[in-house]
Amino acid sequence: MDLLYKIFADPFIQMGHAPDLLLQTLWEGLVGGMLYALIALGFVLIFKASGVFNFAQGIMVVFAALTLVGLHAKGVPAFLALGLTIGVMFVLAVAVERLVLRPLVNQPDIILFMATFGLTYFLIGLGELVFGGDPKVMIASELYLPKGAIDWKVFGGFVSFQKIDIAAAVIASVMVATLAVFFQKTRIGRALRAVADSHKAALSVGISLNQIWVVVWFTAGIVALATGIMWGARSNVSFALEIIALKALPVLILGGFTSIPGAIVGGLIIGIGEKIGEFYWGPLFGSGIESWLAYMIALVFLLFRPQGLFGERIIERI
Amino acid sequence: MRLKYLAIGAAVAAMTGGSVIAANAQAQEIYVPLATYRTGPFAGSGIHIANGMHDYLDMLNARDGGIGGVKLNIEECETGYDTKKGLECYEQVKAKKPVIFNPWSTGITLGVIPKASVDKIPILSMAYGLSASAVGNDFPWIFNPPATYWDGLSMIFRYIGGKEGGLDKLKGKTIGFIFLDAGYGREPIPLLDQLAKDYGFTVKQYPVPGAEMQNQSAQWLNVRRDKPDYMIMWGWGAMNPTAVKEAAKISYPMDHFISVWWGGSEDDALPAGADAKGYLALNFSAVGPNFPAIKDIQKLVVDAGKSQTAKDKVGTSHYNKGVYNSVLIAEAIRNAQKITGKKVVDGADVRRGLETLNITAARWKELGLPEFGSPLTGVSCTDHNGHQSAYMQQWDGAKWVKVSDWIAPMKDKVRPLLEAAAKDYVSKDAAWPKRTEPCDKSS
Repeated sequence: MDLLYKIFADPFIQMGHAPDLLLQTLWEGLVGGMLYALIALGFVLIFKASGVFNFAQGIMVVFAALTLVGLHAKGVPAFLALGLTIGVMFVLAVAVERLVLRPLVNQPDIILFMATFGLTYFLIGLGELVFGGDPKVMIASELYLPKGAIDWKVFGGFVSFQKIDIAAAVIASVMVATLAVFFQKTRIGRALRAVADSHKAALSVGISLNQIWVVVWFTAGIVALATGIMWGARSNVSFALEIIALKALPVLILGGFTSIPGAIVGGLIIGIGEKIGEFYWGPLFGSGIESWLAYMIALVFLLFRPQGLFGERIIERI
Repeated sequence: MRLKYLAIGAAVAAMTGGSVIAANAQAQEIYVPLATYRTGPFAGSGIHIANGMHDYLDMLNARDGGIGGVKLNIEECETGYDTKKGLECYEQVKAKKPVIFNPWSTGITLGVIPKASVDKIPILSMAYGLSASAVGNDFPWIFNPPATYWDGLSMIFRYIGGKEGGLDKLKGKTIGFIFLDAGYGREPIPLLDQLAKDYGFTVKQYPVPGAEMQNQSAQWLNVRRDKPDYMIMWGWGAMNPTAVKEAAKISYPMDHFISVWWGGSEDDALPAGADAKGYLALNFSAVGPNFPAIKDIQKLVVDAGKSQTAKDKVGTSHYNKGVYNSVLIAEAIRNAQKITGKKVVDGADVRRGLETLNITAARWKELGLPEFGSPLTGVSCTDHNGHQSAYMQQWDGAKWVKVSDWIAPMKDKVRPLLEAAAKDYVSKDAAWPKRTEPCDKSS
């Protein structure tokens, strides 16, 4: 009886007693969720264009952020370093298309998936070789990212909004909206959607697969850079960020591998769900449940929608 | 035809001769492998320690020609702080007859403990690893000086007691414990629970899974709700700077946030900068490069281009812990040479050397490291730790400042618990070997 009370009553009583903490938890979940959505978006773009699950997306977040702070540490001004990092991500996209994807065209998907494993370890090695393995402080103030917090006194308590978190939420929203418009309204965006529907049909109408791959890998690189800057500013830039990036997996399970809205909604559900779960129900299980709770949430959704929230329903007749 | 055989014969002779010469050269060296991690999520902590360890031993080679006239063959093996890789490192170096193995991870230490007595390789887990392995009778091949995690926790409570006007004042208070959810982070929990019973405070635990090291907002929201009077941290790698930032974010009073020695690196506090002002951490080695031995490292190793250390990192908090670790290795080898009369010692000899570790204040000075650590005088055949003191350092917004004298551990509380834990460990393994190694007179 006591257990039932702790599961079904006590958390809601707590929410009522301290609504400021509930709001704070929702805010933390929202910011985390936006960042998960950004990472998931990187996976979705590449999956849509090439059918490849890009295992390297996580390390691309670290690599992009490391390049930015590493260049700045070598004396390059912050905004020039940002431009150069974007350049590096473009070179990476071209290199991946030329050296990894193109030679593996028509190979089974699993081969391409394994190739992204190889790419992951290559980027880890390259990052450590060039910039070292020690964590670095994100150049947040040099990039004019805001510092400090705004405290909102409410319900007899307060909700603290870190300015960097507000910036992260705004930047993530703008990026998602820009990408949505880019892929819906522009010529390249329409070409990408054609490639996503059918490689052969897209080729037959003169769409260059190679060009599309470069575009999506570059876009995924930009998304990785934005995520790396934001997450790096919240903690620091270290190789541990790669593990966080894998948090996008439950987001993808939930939102579907091919849906941009799915990545966004999935990110928010996972972000808010895991924070609420950890905060109100975590102590019942000895806390630290966040890492598996995200997968539990995704699995519960899959019971009802096996294709994910917005994923395409695949019906194969045999 | 004869010429051909002659040529083959000459080649074989040259090869054989060469290998004999190489073997002789190898026999004139003391092999010291260092399990390090310069890569992965924990590299931020591991790099400085690896540099400190390696540079000190390199300096001995450059300045003194090794130890007792025998060169040290120093070799790093990258573990990535991964237990599986660490155990592979152990197996790799085992064949080369190491005189000591430094796992540099509690997980790896737990994995090599049962192997050490079989392979005759002493394990040095300096101020980490299994606290109970301090009991020399049960763990003759394992050493964890200068203090166990349980000593560290008891020192933190002594410090808190001092601030509160006595440990009895902790009755009714709440102590938060945030820790890496791994063997290392869980290690002090038995003593924490015992102290909670003894002094009547409540413990709130906040585990941080390895995958969430940089995503701790939920844990710190719990801290904000529970309002613990003090927060104690057992973190590592990327977990520490994130925790310090999160604590500052919820405006937790930083002078009530105390870490064990592994949260006391500059990199742990620097990302939060001035917001981390007041954050406390234990330390057992001095911070700074102003010691003759460290000046020698700078001159003979770093400036000579033989090191991976950036010049401004020499003398930082974790770097000096690496130096401390290598001082223990070097002193154990010296003792072994003295006890056995041999120049080229082996693992069994160095085990005896570790049991006779005795670094007095005068010896620290002789080593060119005056007051670098508290005198390490308690290590013996039965006590493989020494239970030495540590001090509290505080972040002033830009650097660490020593804010306490040496704090002695509560040996009276810790030692009986260690003995019981050692007994429990041994009783769970029916095949655990009884100690057969005799004690040296001096130990």
